[in-house]
Amino acid sequence: MIGLQHYLTLSAMLFVLSIAGIIVNRRNLILLLMCIELMLLAVNFNFIAFSRYLGDATGQVFVFFILTVAAAEAAIGLAILVVLFRNRRSINVQELNTMKG
Amino acid sequence: MLFHSILFYVFATVMIGAALGVVFARNPVHSVLFLVLTFFESAMLWLLAEAEFLAIVLVLVYVGAVMVLFLFVIMMLEVTIEAVKSGLVRYARLAIVISLVMAFQLIQLIWFRGSGGEISGGFVPNPEGYDNTKALGAVLYTEHVYAFEIAAVVLLVAIVAAITLTMRKRPGLKVQNIAEQVAVRAKDRVRIVKMDAEKKS
Repeated sequence: MIGLQHYLTLSAMLFVLSIAGIIVNRRNLILLLMCIELMLLAVNFNFIAFSRYLGDATGQVFVFFILTVAAAEAAIGLAILVVLFRNRRSINVQELNTMKG
Repeated sequence: MLFHSILFYVFATVMIGAALGVVFARNPVHSVLFLVLTFFESAMLWLLAEAEFLAIVLVLVYVGAVMVLFLFVIMMLEVTIEAVKSGLVRYARLAIVISLVMAFQLIQLIWFRGSGGEISGGFVPNPEGYDNTKALGAVLYTEHVYAFEIAAVVLLVAIVAAITLTMRKRPGLKVQNIAEQVAVRAKDRVRIVKMDAEKKS
């Protein structure tokens, strides 16, 4: 019988995996953005599972807004990435230390 | 119900495998394709949880638009693969420790604090004639209508920001400047030079 606990466990695994991805892929800004998308997906899983569990559609409305904001974030993030690549010819996060004191 | 459980486990396994692929693939293009697979499998899982509208929106908006945008940017940038992945070994131990601790705590919280409580067991089936899209719309356009309009403004701001960030003047581009062309007078273009007439010798 698949229930709330299974969905929460799956979402926890996805979230932990994306945290590991953020730690490991410190060289590539695009992969960091993709890991953030994965984290948002894990959060959405929690919302969907609780919405289904409580029988309340408000959780799904929340997922709707999270999807909107995530799309906007991806668009702006990729635009910043393109500008950065034009200026520096690199998207390595560890080379972005111009502001370092 | 058994069939339902089998489907859940199949989709969940493929999704976790695809998420591992996103994190550990050598090539960023492969990472994006694994991410597409992850989103697709999670849409399937949302269908199993009877959130049909959001499952379709996930496939349309995420797989159809956002992931294609990622793929486009990656192929445009042409980042070398070797330089990108050299941090994998350096931080692997830290990543494993942190993720194991987090996973242990979360799973302990979900399965052992809640056991015997009310969150174990399956979902309550929805009433007869329940329509997910209709229920979502009934809440979205009444209770949350202001949030809906703010979401529209957020999308507008995102469009404006993305365009202003990436627009640039390219050097050496031949374009017409209409205002300059219209404002031109004859004396800007023709120069009359006074000189003596030449004589044939």
